[in-house]
Amino acid sequence: MARITAGVASSHVPLLGVAVDQGKTGDDYFGPIFAGYEWTKQWEKETKPDVVILVYNDHASAFDMKIIPTFAIGCGERYKSADEGWGPRPVPDVEGHPDLAWHIAQSLILDEFDMTIINEMDVDHGLTVPLSMMFGQPDKWPVKVVPLAVNVVTYPVPSGNRCWALGEAIKRAVESFPEDLNVQIWGTGGMSHQLQGPRAGLLNREWDNKFLDLLIGDTDAARYIPHLEYLRETGSEGIEMVMWLVMRGALGKTTKCLHRHYHIPCSNTAIGHLVLEPTE
Amino acid sequence: MTAPGEKQNIHDYLAEFDDIPGTRVFTAARARKGYWLNQFAMSLMKPENRDAWKADERKYLENWPMSDEQKEAILARDYNRCLDLGGNVYFLAKVFSTDGLSFAEAVSTMTDMTFPEYREMMNKGGRSPQGNRSIKGGY
Repeated sequence: MARITAGVASSHVPLLGVAVDQGKTGDDYFGPIFAGYEWTKQWEKETKPDVVILVYNDHASAFDMKIIPTFAIGCGERYKSADEGWGPRPVPDVEGHPDLAWHIAQSLILDEFDMTIINEMDVDHGLTVPLSMMFGQPDKWPVKVVPLAVNVVTYPVPSGNRCWALGEAIKRAVESFPEDLNVQIWGTGGMSHQLQGPRAGLLNREWDNKFLDLLIGDTDAARYIPHLEYLRETGSEGIEMVMWLVMRGALGKTTKCLHRHYHIPCSNTAIGHLVLEPTE
Repeated sequence: MTAPGEKQNIHDYLAEFDDIPGTRVFTAARARKGYWLNQFAMSLMKPENRDAWKADERKYLENWPMSDEQKEAILARDYNRCLDLGGNVYFLAKVFSTDGLSFAEAVSTMTDMTFPEYREMMNKGGRSPQGNRSIKGGY
């Protein structure tokens, strides 16, 4: 049967993609950011996941204002890199895993999570930047990907509690898939950042680190953090961190931290990165 | 923290957002008001539309059912005004990408700082949350 063997959390700042694509990952500005991912790159090579369930948000690329799905799962064969206004990122196509994705989609709906199904879409930096951070610049991504898009743009976005519960349901769904698959789940976005208005540029090292602490061990306190707290403490775009809770929920009762990295700033954003293992 | 199982009333939920300094939370009301402004911005994801926009911005806007205020705000690149009129930053990003501006530079225009000043603030750890969390509470 398939198993979720690990969870990874990472920011997905578009500038990180630019740094990879333009070969700047070792310079003075980006070097300390990418250094914190070296451990993970090596670990990914050793653990060789078959599939990554990649929880991310679309930034007005595949979805415009016409349709706003709260939770959407990609069940397609493959996805191309989106043109976000300056041409698509030069990265390989992302290969899907339709069998697993459809199994998860069906299981989630029976489990009372009414998912939107996506068969065709382009994927933007929210999905491709984390792949670049974990795998560098291969000719072909070494994993298949099940994209799971969360609305974190138009309010109300889903509650932290709902995101955590979705993760729990994803765990049940994966474990009822008959094929032996090593599955990771990644939660992306965040950490503190605000990209709009006179308060733009807000960062909160203390709060971010408290949030990282709450994802490790057996506490589930993070699922009850209200939207207002993210907005006040972490900036208007810090709300992306609810997507990390989908990942955390899918790891079960207790986690062990294998790797942790935090860096301020990358452009407007605080970079956070965790590798977690379920311990039950 | 909300208590486990507690459900919030939508009116209370939305009212709280007005207490955050210098921030326009992208609520359904803003999304409705800014619908065509955001859809216009979205159209700039296509290279042929970017060319048409660059050739004559005002003419390009004629095809979009936006308010005059929205059109003037976008022509002036007054992004705070765009936010007030229902714009969302991920959509407005298509405009500043088309202009060749980085995210950080475009974002800095919404603050009271120049871009070099903003960049320096970010490199020194960003804007502190202290005093920036609540208008009423002043903390």
